[in-house]
Amino acid sequence: MVPLDYYLILSAVIFAIGVIGVLVRRNLIVVLMSIELMLNAVNLTFIAFSRYLASMQGQVVVVFVMAVAAAEAVIGLAIVISVFRHRRTLDPQEMQLLKW
Amino acid sequence: MDASVILFYVISVLLVLSSLMVVFLRNVVHCALALVVALFLIAILFVMLHAPMVGVLQVLVYAGAIMVLFLFVIMFLNPTASEPRRKLWWGFGSAAALLLAASLAALLSNGEAPADPVTATETFGSPETLAKSLFTDFVLPFEITSVLLLVAIIGAVVLAKREP
Amino acid sequence: MIVDIGIVAVKAFLVLFMVLNLAGILGWIERKGSALIQDRIGANRASVFGFAGMGLINTLIADPLKFLTKEDFVPPEGDKFLHTLAPCMTLFTALVTFAVIPFGDVLVLGERVINLQVANLNIGILYVFAIGSLGVYGIVIGAWASNNKFSLMGAVRGSAQMISYEVAMGLSVIGILMVFGTLELQEIARGQGTLIRDMLPESAGFLRSTVGRLPAWGIFLQPLAFLLFFTAAVAETKRIPFDLPEAESELVAGYHVEYSGGKFLMFFAGEFAEIVTAAGLMTTLFFGGWQVPYLMRDGFHFPWGEAVVLPHLAVTALQVGAFTLKVIFFCWLQILLRWSVPRFRYDQVMRLGWKMLLPLALLNVIVTAIVIIALQ
Repeated sequence: MVPLDYYLILSAVIFAIGVIGVLVRRNLIVVLMSIELMLNAVNLTFIAFSRYLASMQGQVVVVFVMAVAAAEAVIGLAIVISVFRHRRTLDPQEMQLLKW
Repeated sequence: MDASVILFYVISVLLVLSSLMVVFLRNVVHCALALVVALFLIAILFVMLHAPMVGVLQVLVYAGAIMVLFLFVIMFLNPTASEPRRKLWWGFGSAAALLLAASLAALLSNGEAPADPVTATETFGSPETLAKSLFTDFVLPFEITSVLLLVAIIGAVVLAKREP
Repeated sequence: MIVDIGIVAVKAFLVLFMVLNLAGILGWIERKGSALIQDRIGANRASVFGFAGMGLINTLIADPLKFLTKEDFVPPEGDKFLHTLAPCMTLFTALVTFAVIPFGDVLVLGERVINLQVANLNIGILYVFAIGSLGVYGIVIGAWASNNKFSLMGAVRGSAQMISYEVAMGLSVIGILMVFGTLELQEIARGQGTLIRDMLPESAGFLRSTVGRLPAWGIFLQPLAFLLFFTAAVAETKRIPFDLPEAESELVAGYHVEYSGGKFLMFFAGEFAEIVTAAGLMTTLFFGGWQVPYLMRDGFHFPWGEAVVLPHLAVTALQVGAFTLKVIFFCWLQILLRWSVPRFRYDQVMRLGWKMLLPLALLNVIVTAIVIIALQ
């Protein structure tokens, strides 16, 4: 029987790896993928708790998180496409028109 | 050593490896494929945690549709310029993430021995149980999510349209 | 414990053996069948001591040998790892789907009851759709790794077509799921053993005496769903009339133009394995799977009262044989379809998938729901 802590530590590690991706990578698509990684780490936490507390609520929340993540990935990628059409680059550093 | 604990260790090592590959590889297509592998491994973990329906939804929706969309966009945009890398920022980012991981792990792990998980019934995590919860207790979020998905579809079509 | 694992291993080996052999034989049926339809002889040059076996020697021995001994190259700018990975993914997803398709009822050996299905998952048919949605990657990665604009075009068309028809395929199956009330394929196959008479209430006397004598196969209960599923499955496997991704006369060979030798053989075998899988799904969902009409576990029970008692092994052999025959029939049907109709244009494919199949599948669900509630 795998203790709950193991799953929680695993999802913390995956979450932190996603955070590295968002902070450091200079390619918008990889940033979006790291966000998906973070969302999956959270899903893992929810499912682990749902198993160890024997409640279905955790799994239902994960279904909603997946749906929202799908919507967010779609909109994010549409934004990336329209930004790329104008700026011809995927580097977040280059998109600083609002900076003063 | 239980078979399930060994399996857990194997899968978690592979999962951490593929997540590191997502973040550290140069080629964007390789990163996307590493993410597909990571999502598939998380789905296996879900099945191990008695959530087969959520696990198969993960493969069907996340690994099978969302990541195909990512690959489409990558192939469509075809970015040729390689991104600049500065060792200082990488070190700083990794240090910050390590700090985050350490503090999360410390907060989340109990000092005492873990209590026995509540014994789950045979139908825990099966499609019937999940559907029953979804359509009775959570029917309002379910309907709102469908409206959200509709909004997302319309928004994506409008955003990605070419200016005439 | 060891015996359990051994039994599962034997079942998996049997299923893989049957699928791969059937894929090989389908290659032969395709060549000779297309030759018959097109009034020519087909492949008959390879022979062993003058015995050409109607082209069997050619397709089963000479062709694979030729493929395996060809030079294996990767395009110069292409991605070497991905180029090798892509055909493996296609073949893997095509073969693994067969794990949940039941090829028989139960086999009772002494006191051990063996369920003739490699893996009895409680999510049943969703596993098939999940693995099917992973099948898109083989094409996308294969074309990307080839560094070839024609491959990329074929792959974009192919993956857009596959994800569109996945939706239609899933929705068309919902009617069957509603009627039989379960996701597990073995239960759906077993549920098709009852007579329609037992599914109707007492008040529908006329229906009970005419239609009620038929076994409750999916094709009788959900004819529209069968047509939709058949169309969507043929589109998923990228066979003519939906073979824009490979369009031999337009894109050379589409997404597998830069493949030769063993990798091309894997793509080829993967495509035929997908045909077998689609045929297996069609029989399990709509044609009773391993059910022989009126055959129960202890023998035949005809609706007009007669009963023939048969030993258990004979029943099992009949059921497995029936399953194999039905799968071969649907494979043959798909091959016949390939050489009979021209291919669709790409916008016609998309329009069919989204504007015709999808609303029809939703309509099927609504009508099925109304009928089920009315009959309760």
